[in-house]
Amino acid sequence: MSVVADLGIAFGRVAFVMLFVLNLGGLLTWVERKQSAIMQDRIGANRASIFGFRVLGLFHPLADAIKMLAKEDFRPARADRFLFGFAPFVSVFFALVAFASIPFGDTLRVAGREIPLQAVTLNVGILYLFAMLSLGVYGVMMAGWSSANNFALLGGQRAAALMISAEIAIGASIMGVIMIYGSLNMQDIVRGQGRSFLGGWLPAWGIVTQPLAFVLFLTAGIAATKRIPFDTPEGESEIIGYFVEYSGMKFGMFAMADFLETVVIAGMTTSLFLGGWQVPYLGPEGFHLPWGWAWSLPHLVIVLLQVGAFVVKVCGMIFFMMLIRWTLPRFRYDQAMRLGWLGLFPLSIANIVLTGFLLLLWDAR
Amino acid sequence: MTLDLRRFYLLEVFSGLALTAAHFFRNMGRHVAFAVGASRTGGAVTIQYPEERRPYSPRLRSLHRLVRREDGSPRCVACMMCETVCPAHCIYIIADEHPNPEIEKVPRRFDIDLGKCVFCGYCVEACPEDAIRMDTGILEFSSYSRGGMIYSKEMLLSLEAAGADGRPRSPIPVPADRKA
Repeated sequence: MSVVADLGIAFGRVAFVMLFVLNLGGLLTWVERKQSAIMQDRIGANRASIFGFRVLGLFHPLADAIKMLAKEDFRPARADRFLFGFAPFVSVFFALVAFASIPFGDTLRVAGREIPLQAVTLNVGILYLFAMLSLGVYGVMMAGWSSANNFALLGGQRAAALMISAEIAIGASIMGVIMIYGSLNMQDIVRGQGRSFLGGWLPAWGIVTQPLAFVLFLTAGIAATKRIPFDTPEGESEIIGYFVEYSGMKFGMFAMADFLETVVIAGMTTSLFLGGWQVPYLGPEGFHLPWGWAWSLPHLVIVLLQVGAFVVKVCGMIFFMMLIRWTLPRFRYDQAMRLGWLGLFPLSIANIVLTGFLLLLWDAR
Repeated sequence: MTLDLRRFYLLEVFSGLALTAAHFFRNMGRHVAFAVGASRTGGAVTIQYPEERRPYSPRLRSLHRLVRREDGSPRCVACMMCETVCPAHCIYIIADEHPNPEIEKVPRRFDIDLGKCVFCGYCVEACPEDAIRMDTGILEFSSYSRGGMIYSKEMLLSLEAAGADGRPRSPIPVPADRKA
């Protein structure tokens, strides 16, 4: 009986994360259309309807999926058979599994069990995340190489170069956070952000303790999603990228991988810099406001609040990333490289040194 | 050397984001106000075209119609003035005797090839009987073939003048080759 329950709990944790990421990723096509429309004083796609119901254009992602599944799946004659079909799956797979070590809530205690609200509890969760994020670029490189198209190959090469320069900055900017919270476990990092400064007024979120790392990480993270200010690998409209030769749902999977990566980067930013599932002033027993007012809440309500806070923060981050995507023009290839190697990377190294120095001072107090 | 803050990319990024975010929240507020009925205009000026039409000027030259007499027969007397004046040669009239001796002739056929029409309105100006007008407010002419662009006497006779705001009152005619 308890084995069944354990399996059920494990399945539930994985299913929650999987469905959260997949649905959010699918929904992002709608968000992208509608948010850009509202930013540009337009209405946005609203024509897809089922029995005359349009529901603000929410059926458009569905219509897109049906369209892409029904389209011809074309493979160039000289393309590498196996790799050409395999590449989109690699791209989507690593984008999907990356979210597994991001905690979406504190430990849930039900019927004498302690359920960590996280798909996979890993002591080195942050390294796992980082690894999955980097592996995603293999799908892109495979796509570029296997299409037997020089433009696709160049796009894949640009993707690889961009990814390397972004990954270095991501890794180096995360270092500051790891030093402050003293752990590679995502759950511990989020718990560490539950402390507070200034007599309990200011929550010790990563954005407060590591403001520079936040900016660097977000910039490099957006570069890792290959979306607009850093979309040199894709450049659908003119410089064409690694997926020129793809059609139908395989093309859709590459587009999907971009959205999934957006969700993953939003989740990472939330966990590392925005306090993850932490609600300000909410402790394990209830609210404790700095001026002494307290309001105790049952355990279940607190866990629900935490999960809700995580979802809201992730959605907020996604909104912000969409805002950036629809505001900034694309970096030229050499500009992106310069930003990565001469801007983000040295600054994140400087951030590590500065953080170490300040931590020494803090401990010597 | 003066320090140009614009060279520092991040500041410009934030001013750009502030601009687009301001647009987003202002338009979002208007959309919400419109949805709950607190405002009469939404966040966008878009006109949802096939369902809504913008008001047209009463002077707009739109699809022709043939004006009817009391008994429903065309007012046209097949004098060929419009056919003669038409710079695009898009009007084809075949005349017939009118059963009423008071009236000289009546068109047996009156076809307008909208694929050729340039919407100059000379036919309306030339008509001595005020039998052809271009006031239906209909601007949708499309078909899958050239033949479908030829509008017949019966079709043109069935049309009504547009309303006071210029919106058409008669249904938009669908060419025969588009009905399938």
